[in-house]
Amino acid sequence: MDTAPLSEIAHQSVTFACGLTLDGGAHLPTLTVAYRTYGLLNQQASNAILICHALTGDQYVAETHPVTGKDPWWELMVGPGRPVDTDKYFVICSNVLGGCMGTTGPGDVRDDGRHWGMEFPAITIRDMVRAQRRLVDHLGITRLFAVIGGSMGGMQVLEWAATYPDAVFAAVPIATAATHSAQNIAFNEVGRQAVLGDADFCGGQYYQTGRIPAGGLAVARMVAHITYLSEQALSRKFGRRLQPGKASALFGDMFQVESYLQYQGSTFVRRFDANSYLTITRAMDYFDLAAEHKNDLSRAFAGTRTRFCVVSFSSDWLFPTAESRAIARALNRAAANVSFVEVASDKGHDAFLLDEPDLHRIVSGFLSGCALHAGLPS
Amino acid sequence: MTETAEAVRYVAKNMRLDLRLIAEMVTPHTRVLDIGCGDGQLIDELSRVGGCDARGIEIDMAEVTRTVARGLPVMHGDADSDLRHYPDRAFDYVVLSRTLQAVERPREVLRQMLRIGERAIVSFPNFGHWKVRLQLMWSGRMPMTEVWARPWHETPNIHPCTIRDFFMLCAEEGYEVERWLAIDEAGRKSPWRRFSGLANLFGEQALFMLRRA
Repeated sequence: MDTAPLSEIAHQSVTFACGLTLDGGAHLPTLTVAYRTYGLLNQQASNAILICHALTGDQYVAETHPVTGKDPWWELMVGPGRPVDTDKYFVICSNVLGGCMGTTGPGDVRDDGRHWGMEFPAITIRDMVRAQRRLVDHLGITRLFAVIGGSMGGMQVLEWAATYPDAVFAAVPIATAATHSAQNIAFNEVGRQAVLGDADFCGGQYYQTGRIPAGGLAVARMVAHITYLSEQALSRKFGRRLQPGKASALFGDMFQVESYLQYQGSTFVRRFDANSYLTITRAMDYFDLAAEHKNDLSRAFAGTRTRFCVVSFSSDWLFPTAESRAIARALNRAAANVSFVEVASDKGHDAFLLDEPDLHRIVSGFLSGCALHAGLPS
Repeated sequence: MTETAEAVRYVAKNMRLDLRLIAEMVTPHTRVLDIGCGDGQLIDELSRVGGCDARGIEIDMAEVTRTVARGLPVMHGDADSDLRHYPDRAFDYVVLSRTLQAVERPREVLRQMLRIGERAIVSFPNFGHWKVRLQLMWSGRMPMTEVWARPWHETPNIHPCTIRDFFMLCAEEGYEVERWLAIDEAGRKSPWRRFSGLANLFGEQALFMLRRA
């Protein structure tokens, strides 16, 4: 496992000197939000779409990743001629608060010259959304045409619609939930314990040691990665096949699925900061939109005029369809305009990032319908 | 602009006739929920031509996918389990076309429709039609007609009723029948609308507009 520190690269960003007061009461003295934009903002500033990324995503939604050199993470969804068409819309994607791609996070150096590390204050999904709101204001946009995201990105979409209802014309929460389930918290905790137990973690102050807790973070990623797939997808991709020429560290030949997970773990640690992983998974665990509104999810959307399109996937067991249906029904109770579809797929939670033509048709059609109502040229 | 108007007329012309009859009953610029909206013909017509806030519920996921992909607001769900999640008087009209006979609890569905909507528009195939009566009489077996096209063990239509039955249910529940008409299978109005006995004998389908009395 490569334990060398991550390389530092420059990201496009904006810094707000007034900082940000967090839900937990702490105040970040300065707030930097790293972001990318694609397409052109129209004169009325009415064609902006904000993409919210998931736990380990980042702002490079529609371009080659500057660290890994890999394809854009939502290549099939965002780009010229794609459902989120950058020829029509001005697309914004920012790195979340607590992240490690240029936005303020635990890997930053504080005023006293030390890294935040584990002393970075606990943040919430709403804090992430507040940081995004700063960016959107900075770009001169008072109302977003749409906010779109999957998984943790979907949580942000829901929080946007609940916190800034007048600033969101259309909302597309995909493969997500209004609260993190006990099972999901449990999986996150396994990942965190793997990081915390790594000898190179050094209480979170590994930045000066010349090493990163790569082993622990890789295990965290491996566990999480299993939850992103489905049993059918794993069987289809790997079955019980062995990896030719590779021996397991313990006994005999290595299964392909083992090799695959190890590869996923080892590449992940080259682009993601362990403290960010702890901070962001915690924010997901604490997310409970109903709890923010007297335990009634429909109150979060009372009087909303936002048009919603809630999408789930049939084989997603991390954010199962029942969670999306609960969101759709809460929106019904608020008499909101909501579309709700479960896409048939055997690819598990990851389906939202993959080639799912139905998903792309749904998002494309929903946005076109909304554009008509918003008076945007089609 | 002309192009759009022509396109709208084209759609309207090709609409299922019973849906067109329903569309004509709905006042423009109102809030409409179409339960069992299928491919969304009615909500499309109502929102584009009538300027309505028209939404749909559909049980068939493939239809939901196609309809949402056309930009129409449809949610996956069904009449029996989803209506209770809507607030009182959320809609001006709640439409249930050719579906009442297939729901699990028709009386409860009607109650929910008239709770969440000011008016309910309901169409259903009439089990009192003479062909149905005659077949049962002569063959002694469950009738099979163009409207009742599937054998008894395959049909989703678990609660067939006649026009007379429906009038009686409305009376029991205290619903005011604002309008009603009998129609043939193609959706053309039948001439027996003044005489419910004749309508019950010759109408293949019935269309009712109800409100709470």
